[in-house]
Formats: sequence, structure tokens, C-alpha cells
Amino acid sequence: MKFLRSLAAATLMLPLLATASDVEIKLDKAPVSFDQKALQHGAKLFVNYCLNCHGASSLRYNRLRDIGLTEDQIRDNLMFTTDKIGDQMKVALPRDDAKNWFGAAPPDLSVIARARASELGSGPDWLYSYLRGFYRDAERPTGWNNRVFDNVGMPHVLWELQGDQVARFVTEDDGHGNKTKRLDKLELVKPGVMSPAEYDQSVADLVSFLVWMGEPAQNTRKQIGYAVIGVLIVLGLLSYAMKKAFWKDIH
Amino acid sequence: MTSKSQELLNWIDARFPLTSLWKEHLSEYYAPKNFNFWYYFGSLALLVLVIQIVTGIFLVMHYKPDASLNSAGIPVAFASVEYIMRDVPGGWIIRYMHSTGASAFFIVVYLHMFRGLLYGSYRKPRELVWIFGSLIFLCLMAEAFMGYLLPWGQMSYWGAQVIVNLFSAIPLIGPDLSLWIRGDYVIGDATLNRFFAFHVIAVPLVLLGLVVAHVIALHEVGSLNPDGIEIKKKKDANGIPLDGIPFHPYYTVKDIVGVVVFLIFFAAVMFFAPDGGGYFLEANNFFPADPMKTPPHIAPVWYFTPFYSMLRAVTSDFLVVLQLFVGWIWVWALMRAPAIGKLIATVIAVLVIGGMFFIDAKFWGVVMMGAGVVVIAFLPWLDRSPVKSIRYKGALTKIAITIFVVVFAILGYLGVLPPSPARNLVAQICTVLYFLFFALMPIYSKLESTKPEPERVTWK
Repeated sequence: MKFLRSLAAATLMLPLLATASDVEIKLDKAPVSFDQKALQHGAKLFVNYCLNCHGASSLRYNRLRDIGLTEDQIRDNLMFTTDKIGDQMKVALPRDDAKNWFGAAPPDLSVIARARASELGSGPDWLYSYLRGFYRDAERPTGWNNRVFDNVGMPHVLWELQGDQVARFVTEDDGHGNKTKRLDKLELVKPGVMSPAEYDQSVADLVSFLVWMGEPAQNTRKQIGYAVIGVLIVLGLLSYAMKKAFWKDIH
Repeated sequence: MTSKSQELLNWIDARFPLTSLWKEHLSEYYAPKNFNFWYYFGSLALLVLVIQIVTGIFLVMHYKPDASLNSAGIPVAFASVEYIMRDVPGGWIIRYMHSTGASAFFIVVYLHMFRGLLYGSYRKPRELVWIFGSLIFLCLMAEAFMGYLLPWGQMSYWGAQVIVNLFSAIPLIGPDLSLWIRGDYVIGDATLNRFFAFHVIAVPLVLLGLVVAHVIALHEVGSLNPDGIEIKKKKDANGIPLDGIPFHPYYTVKDIVGVVVFLIFFAAVMFFAPDGGGYFLEANNFFPADPMKTPPHIAPVWYFTPFYSMLRAVTSDFLVVLQLFVGWIWVWALMRAPAIGKLIATVIAVLVIGGMFFIDAKFWGVVMMGAGVVVIAFLPWLDRSPVKSIRYKGALTKIAITIFVVVFAILGYLGVLPPSPARNLVAQICTVLYFLFFALMPIYSKLESTKPEPERVTWK
């Protein structure tokens, strides 16, 4: 066993090999909440602002009952693209038109919160930073650019809520005598309908909804998980007792 | 037993060797009594195989291997996985069991193989057990590779693209071969459908056959144990090994404990971290496959990364190192090996050393990756130690195994990272060390002084 212990110790030294990667974009931590009020607010923002261009084709409207809505509430407040409660959340926008207008068809958002995870941060962190990271850029066809997603094709859909941000750049020496321009911070120059705190909260709700949408069964999953592991632990104790009983004569 | 059921059993036994099979493989299969922690992973591998087959059957009922786009612009195959995750009752449990099972399979199998390495389970007369096992490992890699294409995400698509493209590096037939494998000029619907066929029936069929052969071969020669000594050498008056106990009930009840403990870990991942931190389900694979958009960094799933690192390590300036390596083995074979060995070594050396002047490094990377897997099968003939178990081997073997494990882990770690010149150098050093572990084994295993093996098995 001594040999195995030293082997384990040597293996634990491995992470030292990791070299710090040159991460440039800092993501903000998304305050994701599965509180039903937050998810419902997020759902409202989603159907009003996102669902015009982005589908959520893996999600059916009636699944929104899982976040505490009744079928009538869903039908009256959230269903703009269909009249069947069992339909998927699709967009009316033809993909070819979308491609012509934005350069790329807006992606389906069903699992976007799971897809956007990277070494920069989690998927929700990316979305939270992205939706708060738009700034005015006259060089872009839409008039908008984004801190997290440079030269993004999507305009700032929530601009009325957030207002106009502009980017402040700083010029830096890269150590080889070359001057590079780096985005330092975003500054709100024209306030929107919401205060910055309200806007952040709304985006957090929207991101929470996107996270929920990425795997609607995730809360059930964890609940079942506790039960399964509980049963397995009992089973483990019983099977260990059984093993002991059978092996008592083996020396 | 009541007379009625005894009658039924007799009726069956007259027509099918049920009782004798039961005795031969369970109730009168004598296993050494001193199995330790490492001996759980064989039965666990069998358990995971069953999990994969059963969950796989249910997934096939709902999954659609179709690369065409649905009305929302999502590939049907990708959407059908999300359909399983959302609309199929209990579908997400089945799918997560299968995806977690894939990684669990490799964890369990790597530990199972490492057990063999520690205690010399591959040594005479268990060479065929080891070879069947190596073939199972090869099948498992093929199975996992083709299964990973099915969710039809970005990593599925581009991972398959990278690996299938490797075949195009083979001289003369390469380009046609990779075209033939894909069934198209790029990975497409044809590829998806044939990988589906291979994943759900062709490879599992071979895998099951090999598992049966693996177990039959093992039961023919009997299990080894952490002391690496043969229990059959010391038998009682009835011909039963003194240190052997019937597999059933002793190891069935013991393995049940192992199964439950394993399932606790399995459930913890499956229910609380099914993504496995982005290693079991890669984030990028939640983007549908897009043939027009190459991801900046294509990483295979974690269980392939040690071998993928070896492949990437072979750059054109590294070929000279490999030529020296092969040349050194050739010279050594010319001096020490029997005539047939000299002949084989000469043929290989001429082909490899000569070939490296004409054929692309990419091809040799593929050869290297393949060699990294295949070389494991040769262990029975590389280990020349008088003892089998690590417990009685000398310091050289212990150092070699430690280096081997560290190097394997480093290669695996580097394989998930994007390449850089420094990392490539580390990967090259590790690749050389990986192969040196095998190439030098005949020398260090013979050279070192060993401790005497005990007469009977010990508890430690």
C-alpha cells in the first residue's frame, strides 16, 4: 500500500502542469435563481424579447406549468406564435430571411445555457455578461457591438430597458513596443427605462429562465438523486452485513 | 429442493448443461480468498456493460439518426436527444445513465487494466485472458467513438471529422479509405447512419463475444490474486485449492457490496453532475453540428485524450527521435533476439525508419496512437520477472509503474488542452516515456532483485 500511496501523491502533483491561459474576457457571475417568481419574469422577458427571432424548439409551452403557471396564464400571456398549448416554442421568422438580415440565423436557445460554458466561465455567466455587455458602435451595421461577443450580429434587443452604453478603451503596451487597444469598461451614457440594478436583476431572471429551459427536469433530477443515494446507502449497509455474515469463516 | 423443481432441473440438465455450467462458473469456481480493492472492477465492468446495453435499447426506441434539419433548423438527430431529455417519460434518466455509463465504463476498465499491471494478471498462463481483454478495450474505444457522433453536436461532428480524416494520411489508399468510411466527402447523414448501425449492433455483438471469451479463458486457468501465486499448486484431498473459495456465494456477496458502492458514485454523478464538469458531456456539444463552423478547439472526450496526445506529439521534427527509438530496438533485437525476432525487427525497422523519410508525420501520429493501444497486449511477453505481483517485484518496476501512471495522466491532461509548443514538448517526452515503459520492461523486470513469493496467499 505504501507504493500506492506514493503513486497517488505523484499523481496529485499533476495540476502544476497547467499553465495560466491568457484569458481576456472576464465574465460576471450570474445570480441564477430557481425561484418561481424569477423564472416567470424570465419567461415573460423571453417570449417578449427573444422569441421573435430565437426559437426554443425543444420546449413546449405547456412545460411552463413546471414554473408555476396555469395553462390559462400561459395561453393568455405568453403564447404569441401558436394556439396549441402542446406546441413547441418556435419562431415565425423564416431562417433564410434571418440569415440575410443578421448574417447568421439566430440560434435556437433550447440548450444555450449548457452550450455556452467554456474555460471563461459557466454558461449562465456568459449569458449574463453578454446580455449586459452591449455598447454603441457606429462601425457595426446594427449600431451595436458586444464586450463578450465581438462583432456580434445581434442588435441590443433590450436597449430600451438598459439604455445606451459606450465602451472606454485604454491603449496598452504589449511588452514588445506595440500599442494595443483594450476595452477597459462600459459606461452608461443614456439611461434606459430601468435603473442599472433593475436591469441586472431582469437579466438575471432571464438567464435563470434560460438555465431552467436548458434542462427543465433538473430540479426533479436532484430530488430523485437524494432519494436514490439514500436507498443505495441503506442497501450498501445491508449488503455489507450480508458479506460479513457469509465471510465470517474465511480466514 | 422440492421434488417437482428437482424434476424440472433434471429435465433441463438432460438437455442443457445448466447445473454443470452453474457449478463450473459460480458455485464450484474457486477464486483466491485474498482479493483486494482492485478486484472489484471486473464485475463492475460487466455491470456497466449491462447498464449500457439496457439503457441503449431504450434510447434506440426514441433516437433518430437523421442529419437533416427540422422545421426549426435543428438537425433531427440533435433534436431527438433533447426530445428524449424532455418529452420521453423518464428519458433523461435513461440518457444520463448512458452518457455517465460511457465515462464510467472507461474509469472502471482503466482501473481493471491497472490491476492486471500491478499483480501480473497477464502472465503465463493468462496471456489469452489479457489478449481478449485488450481486444475488448479496442472495441470499447470504437464503440465510444461511434456513439459520440450520435448526439450530432459540434464536438460529435468535428471530433469524428478529425479522426476519420486521420485515415487519409495512410499512403496510397488513405483518401479513398476515409471517403469510404464516411460515405460522403464530409461527415454527413451517411456517416451518422452507419455509425449508428455499428454502435447499436455491430460493435456490441463483437464486444459481447469477447467478454464471454475473456471470462471463459479466465475460468479455464483460474483467477490470479494480489500475491501473484497460483492457488492451484496447493490443493486439499478433494482437489480444491486450499486458498480458494467458491465464487458463489463468497464473491457474489462481496461484489454486491462493490456494486452498491459503485452505484452511489455513479448516482452522484448522474443526478448531480451529469456533465461531469464538462468532461462527460462537453459544453460545445450542446451546439448542433454545423459543417460550416469549425470550433476553435476540438478536444476528444477525456478517455481518449492520452492516446490523442500521443498522436499530436508526432510532429515532423519528432520523427528523428522515433527513428532513433526504432533503430535502438532493432540493434537490441539483432544482438539478443532469436532468429525470428531478428527478422521481424528488421522488417519493421526498415519499413518504419525508411518510411519516415517519405510519409507525412500525420500518418506516423496515427501509427503511434494505434501502437500505444496495441503495445498493451504484448505485456505477457515483455515482463520477464521471476515473480508476478508488484508486492514481490523490485524497486525498478515500482519506479517504472509510477512514471508510467504519471506520464499517462499527463498525456490525458494535455489531450484536453489546446496545443502549444511547450505542451507539445511535454507530450513528446511523455510519449517516449510511455513506450520506454514497455520497451525496457524485458530489461528492468529481469535485472532487478525480487523478494521471494510466499507459499500461500497473504492478507494485506
